[in-house]
Amino acid sequence: MNRVIEFLVGLLFGLGLILSGMTDPGKVLGFLDITGPWDPSLACVMGGAIAVALSAFVLARRRTTTFLGGPIHLPADAPIDRRLVIGSIVFGIGWGLAGFCPGPAIVAAGAGFSKAVVFTLSMLAGMAAFEFIAQPAARNTPVLE
Amino acid sequence: MTIDWNHFTPWASLAGGVLLGLAAALFILLSGRLLGVSGILGGLLAPRGADTAWRLRFLAGLLVAPAVWTLFCTLHAPRIQASGTSLMIAGLLVGWGTRYGSGCTSGHGVCGLSRLSPRSIAATLAFMAAGLATVYIVRHLLA
Repeated sequence: MNRVIEFLVGLLFGLGLILSGMTDPGKVLGFLDITGPWDPSLACVMGGAIAVALSAFVLARRRTTTFLGGPIHLPADAPIDRRLVIGSIVFGIGWGLAGFCPGPAIVAAGAGFSKAVVFTLSMLAGMAAFEFIAQPAARNTPVLE
Repeated sequence: MTIDWNHFTPWASLAGGVLLGLAAALFILLSGRLLGVSGILGGLLAPRGADTAWRLRFLAGLLVAPAVWTLFCTLHAPRIQASGTSLMIAGLLVGWGTRYGSGCTSGHGVCGLSRLSPRSIAATLAFMAAGLATVYIVRHLLA
């Protein structure tokens, strides 16, 4: 059951990214360009997503197991630290340069668009650099997936 | 501020967002996991890559989404203006940054904001501000 769920959730998430317009960097950059002709679509994406997910997380917080009886893995509360802020700023710079964040990049690469494949492979290299070069201490802090 | 009415797609984006929220809801309530793409992907690259199978299944779902989409609708080509070099630099920054900052638009943005997590709110503000500043510099100062 779980095996099908993870695939279907990935599929549903991918379809949502396509429908919302997130897989089009032109649309993402149109949202981030607030001094140019501004496309507010991404605010609708976040609004729609949070409206649905909010109640699910309220429910998840009250439960100790999933509806299938498995454990619920939620990140432990941790303070806002330099690492969180610096990493997020670096991510934001890359996002603003290309208009791709991880999910939409993978979906667009799956569609076979060569520039999306280039971005995705570089992104994987950046992630690998974190795993193998980053200080081992960084791995011991709680990670929000 | 002027609204770009030609590209603004409120209903499709809202509906797409609802699907994203639904996927995140199903993932936490049925699989017990938080839907964060960078973390799921990064876990595959970890030296001690535990529990890779479910990560690969999620990734497979993402990768086949365009094929499933084209069964019902037309898939429009993404507008990618950045050069190959820019894309490579951007990819490295996104890859390293999301792992160092423990999340991306899905984990911090969708799930973190839905959980009202202070860390995720801070992270989302940080990457939004950096994205806005980068686009302003690239499009209006350097262009």
